[in-house]
Amino acid sequence: MASLLIFVPLLGIISLNLPFGSLRRLAFPFALTLSFAQAAASLFLPIDLWNRPLPSLGSLGSLNLVVDRLGIVLLLSIAIAMFAALPVGWLTIHEESKRFSFVNLLLIAVMGMNGIVLVRDFFSLYVFLEVTAVASFVLICLDRDKQGLEGGFKYLVLSAVATALMLTAIALLLMTTGGTSFAEVAAALRFHSPNSLTRIAIACFVGGLCIKGGLVPFHGWLPDAYMSAPSGVSILLAGIVTKTTGIYTLIRLVTGVFGYSSQIKSVLLFIGALSIVIGALAALGQRDFKRMLAYSSISQMGYIILSLGTGTALGIAGAVFHLFNHAVFKSQLFINAAAVEEQTGTRDMDALGGLSARMPITGATSVIAFLSTAGIPPLAGFWSKLIIIIAVWVAGYRTYAVVAVLAGLITCAYFLSMQRRVFFGTLVEKLNSIKEANVAILIPEVVLALITIGVGVFFPRILNSFILPIHGVLG
Amino acid sequence: MAIDLLLLIGLTISAVGSILKRDMVKAAIALALTSVILSVLMFRFSSPLAAVFELSVCASLITVLFMSTISLTKPLTKEKEEKRMPVRAWHIVVLPTLLIVAALLLTFVKIPMDFTAPPAVPSDVRSVLWNNRQPDLLGQILVIIAGFFGVLVLFKERLFRADRAEVWTQPVRSMSVLTPKESDAVGINSVEVREGTNLGEPLSRKS
Repeated sequence: MASLLIFVPLLGIISLNLPFGSLRRLAFPFALTLSFAQAAASLFLPIDLWNRPLPSLGSLGSLNLVVDRLGIVLLLSIAIAMFAALPVGWLTIHEESKRFSFVNLLLIAVMGMNGIVLVRDFFSLYVFLEVTAVASFVLICLDRDKQGLEGGFKYLVLSAVATALMLTAIALLLMTTGGTSFAEVAAALRFHSPNSLTRIAIACFVGGLCIKGGLVPFHGWLPDAYMSAPSGVSILLAGIVTKTTGIYTLIRLVTGVFGYSSQIKSVLLFIGALSIVIGALAALGQRDFKRMLAYSSISQMGYIILSLGTGTALGIAGAVFHLFNHAVFKSQLFINAAAVEEQTGTRDMDALGGLSARMPITGATSVIAFLSTAGIPPLAGFWSKLIIIIAVWVAGYRTYAVVAVLAGLITCAYFLSMQRRVFFGTLVEKLNSIKEANVAILIPEVVLALITIGVGVFFPRILNSFILPIHGVLG
Repeated sequence: MAIDLLLLIGLTISAVGSILKRDMVKAAIALALTSVILSVLMFRFSSPLAAVFELSVCASLITVLFMSTISLTKPLTKEKEEKRMPVRAWHIVVLPTLLIVAALLLTFVKIPMDFTAPPAVPSDVRSVLWNNRQPDLLGQILVIIAGFFGVLVLFKERLFRADRAEVWTQPVRSMSVLTPKESDAVGINSVEVREGTNLGEPLSRKS
């Protein structure tokens, strides 16, 4: 059943590209339907049904693709980000052929991310990481302008470095453990204490994933890529791509394969704290709306890695919960940025002001997203950040917990600055005639805002059905 | 061991050469040489199948594709070549040089091989690929499809090159292809004329 997450979009792409012109019009509705179907399946399908092979597909229906509770969270996040990116991309890309290519490449990226979540083998993981990366390069360069090509090229180069590190790691793991499946490598590491080559392999793989995840000090490509990509692509990149290719893969491998050594914990805690602080400080000084959000993403992903570094069940649950929340509120913030850019023609926050008078829905939803990012109750972000800080404190890393809390103040500062410069204050005269964003942008804005509020308000219920079972990834 | 080291150094030099060469043909040949050296290394590392694929696909097929593409383009003038690709050799060779020096130094360092390698299981590559690595094959198909869209998005022919600001006002014959003399006269390398275009009228730059 899990293999349908890859085969259905693949058949869709093949069908849409058949030489019948009328099929192109079905691209957007098909992709949107797919996002709803994936979200619904993630929420309502039991895990046993996900892992049941499909005899009607023969051997294709029994590929070694596995879904567990952690995978369900990611599949749901992928569906939400896809739902957010599609209408914005469809509306903001004006050339028809480019729009069609956007949908096709988005479907390929989604297949790649679904594959990353479902596979249980290092080499297959690498292949699907590359699928996502190739689709992302092209999406970033979709407009073929100088900035987009530069952003895509930086991502390409650093991604190639990450790939080289990961392939080196896979080769070393194959040599020392005799296999590439997660189970084989985990068993070998468990029964034999890691030797120096295995440690080098783990270090290389973690380094590669930190580059993919855009964590400090490997984040050089991220702000340029997020800023220069078309709006729909930025939503996809910030909402889910870096999370799936970097952060989720780190969570999966550290908890399920490599295990928690003191060195891994130290590295994750340090990189997490560094990303939180550097990302927040860099976001403070930005003028470009999207660039500010890009640095904010780096900071928020630092919280996830910090929580993962504790190695406790609560820490892992907090990391995954914040991953989901970040996918929602960051996608929403990038939708708000797209709405502002589409209506005003600029992302320069110093040239804007008082937009909430003309764009009330965009303004209100951006406030909800900002409050959630800053960890203000009772929104979703508050609960995930609270869990993270409690997990870090209880695990004994009190300095890191204090750093995380203080960085939260910086988060508040840059978001308040953004709100004041863009949405509040006196409306700039030349923007008097602007209107609220198109309904195709408003719908995902409102839906994501409702998810942020709903997850926060119904947190006790989500705690039992969503958060506590996640710690089962420890075995 | 010494031969392998020499081959690796040769591989690095030809790879760097393929980046530094301004002439596209020479760069493609340097890349082909890189692939050839890599396939020799693969033979020496007891991977004949991988070596054959590297030789036939990367060294041969890819080079042929590159040469075909290069032959369809007009070479840049010397001034444009220098403007586009200024010499920054010292930037680019620093990292490969450091890597080679580090690799040479590592040969004197005893890396503890303190593990027992699991026994190699003899297996047929075809059955491994088709029976055990199906997700990888699926992923490969997806990468090829992504590459197809990449080419479509990034290299689709435009009416005007993006860096041309002039409006084309030269009257031309009602043919869909410009002669080299006409191309030089208007300063563009290639043009695609769409059906229905009035070639006698000034054409505006495509945005």
